[in-house]
Amino acid sequence: MPIAQNKLEQLLQENFPDAQIAVTALVADDNHYSVKIIDKIFAGKTRVEQHKMVNSALKEILGDVLHAMQLSTSAN
Amino acid sequence: MTNILEKIQETISSNDVVLYMKGTKDFPQCGFSAAVAHVLKTLGVDFHDVDILRDAEVRQGIKEYSDWPTIPQLYIKGEFIGGCDIVKEMFQSGELQELLKAKNIIN
Repeated sequence: MPIAQNKLEQLLQENFPDAQIAVTALVADDNHYSVKIIDKIFAGKTRVEQHKMVNSALKEILGDVLHAMQLSTSAN
Repeated sequence: MTNILEKIQETISSNDVVLYMKGTKDFPQCGFSAAVAHVLKTLGVDFHDVDILRDAEVRQGIKEYSDWPTIPQLYIKGEFIGGCDIVKEMFQSGELQELLKAKNIIN
């Protein structure tokens, strides 16, 4: 069961309310997305820590309704 | 599970650079694993590859070890660096090269 792009955007925005978020579909199947998140809460954290924060926010859907996500995070 | 985590710890601490991947460095079985192996080869890094497809215990264990859900996983001097997205980003920005130089792995 895939996830619509606007649903994914909404879920990310709820979890990272102050972030700039860009979601791009890699394939038009509601299942492969590229996600870019810029949020100052990432400042001082390693990339691994930043990605873990995103993965944890999406843990209900990752690997299940969301098959593949290319992720890029930064603080600015 | 304790044993497998110890085995992973042992592998990571006895090799400067370890890549947990699907397939081997010469015959990757997944595009993401291939991409990271390619970056390391491009930089002339001599690395130890672990094919998680050959060992179900390692395949599960490595995800618990790093608390990271996907393969590939790159370790440098015992530290988990990241998966495909992070490694590619660090390579493109030059951070990976800096890190490898700082750790005396490349010149």
